[in-house]
Amino acid sequence: MEILWQGLVKAFNLLVSVDREILNITLLTLKVSGTATLISVLIGVPLGAFLALSVFTGRKIIVSIVNFGMGLPPVVVGLWVSIFLWRYGPLGFLGIIYTPTAIIIAQAIIATPIVTGFSIAAIQQLNPKIRIQIMALGATWWQTVILLMREARMGLLAAVMAGFGGVISEVGASTMVGGNIQGQTRVLTTATVMEVSKGNFDVATAISLILLALAFGITFILTLVQQRRRAS
Amino acid sequence: MKTGKHAISLIALLIFTMVIIQGCTQQSAQQSQNKDVILATTTSTQDSGLLDILIPEFEKKTGYTVKPIAVGTGAALAMGEKGEADVLLVHAPEDEKKLVDSGVGINYELVMHNDFIIVGPGNDPAGIKGSKTVDAFNKIAENKATFISRGDDSGTHKKEISIWKAAGVKPEGSWYQESGSGMGQTLTIASEKQGYTLTDRATYLAQKKNINLEILLEGDKTLLNIYHVMQVNPDKFSKVNKDGGKAFVEFMTAPETQKIIEDFGKDKYGEPLFFPDAGKSEEELGN
Repeated sequence: MEILWQGLVKAFNLLVSVDREILNITLLTLKVSGTATLISVLIGVPLGAFLALSVFTGRKIIVSIVNFGMGLPPVVVGLWVSIFLWRYGPLGFLGIIYTPTAIIIAQAIIATPIVTGFSIAAIQQLNPKIRIQIMALGATWWQTVILLMREARMGLLAAVMAGFGGVISEVGASTMVGGNIQGQTRVLTTATVMEVSKGNFDVATAISLILLALAFGITFILTLVQQRRRAS
Repeated sequence: MKTGKHAISLIALLIFTMVIIQGCTQQSAQQSQNKDVILATTTSTQDSGLLDILIPEFEKKTGYTVKPIAVGTGAALAMGEKGEADVLLVHAPEDEKKLVDSGVGINYELVMHNDFIIVGPGNDPAGIKGSKTVDAFNKIAENKATFISRGDDSGTHKKEISIWKAAGVKPEGSWYQESGSGMGQTLTIASEKQGYTLTDRATYLAQKKNINLEILLEGDKTLLNIYHVMQVNPDKFSKVNKDGGKAFVEFMTAPETQKIIEDFGKDKYGEPLFFPDAGKSEEELGN
């Protein structure tokens, strides 16, 4: 209990004194996880909409692969992405191992199935009659999809939140592909692990509180967007 | 109502755009410079805080950017073997020699040493105090006293294995537990379970305030913890940063750096964490 209290004090001190390093780590975390979430939304939402609305053979297999991917263990992703990005790996020529880009790639791979899976669920949950009604009003296929996505926005925002929550809290893959390098690839989760192994439990607790605050802040904004629209 | 809703969407959109733009600019900046030196090293150099002091100094002097990957000696040596690192700072001389003999490790230099210590509960249930290292391990095994091993192929773990071998004991059974984690974490586990463990002094001193373990054995010559630096051979791996690796080896053995190592930790722990050894031979140490 004492450690939690010390952490709270430390977190407050770090924030009040605007500790440069903590600030940089926090900003990098936001950049990396934000970008990864954005990529996963750009891929996952259209893919989810497509899978929810179309009928073709093999669709069930693809959906089950997506559902399986929602629980993809981050360390597995970390290891595989590392193997590909290592200097002498198939994508080694890109030279991006141990850079923020590598973390973004790993996190986007983790988040995309989550966003896709939630999107499928969100759109399939809609009353099928809405679709018929929209089409009866003379909408094109694209207009139909856009209108349906508007109808499903609650669920789609939940997809974004789930994806973001999955990546910002992730540590195994980020360590493996990023290397936890000070000033370059150290994010809040990898910094927490490192401070624990250094024995600095107060700093670790402080960072974990900052991570929680950040995750909550972003989720809060998204929830506002989600819930406001419902009220109107 | 409507304006509020639009404002919030706009803010969310703005944040994401900013995030993307910044992510992209950072990425291109990093790709354009080919000044990165990948240093594969042990967790002890990071956890003790030594790297935080040395790396900025090196970067300032040479203009290189160091990417220290703290993975433990076994993994660091493996990275060297595959050409995935430019320079190694490790502490398992026997395994290092294999790398040097095979021609992968070149420019192999002694940097510093400190010592391993055996820590355990203050009441010393196996009664190892005052023993020789090998006898102490025998006593722990005979008494089936809890022993927490790193079990992660790190330099410390390699050292521990060699002592068990010397003691003629095959450590197994419920008293022998492998944490599979770094030294800091292993010390925490040993403290919680009130078991013995082998640790480097630097990590123990850094963790001391959080744990309930005492130094029970120290000072034996078997317990020397010797750190070497070496370059990964650029003739074997074309992607290895030859000049950067060389610069790092030179930096680690330079007199000014050796002085920094000598003073490191004195102010915080009242004793040095590492002893500089550049230019000495391994045989001279510990006498």
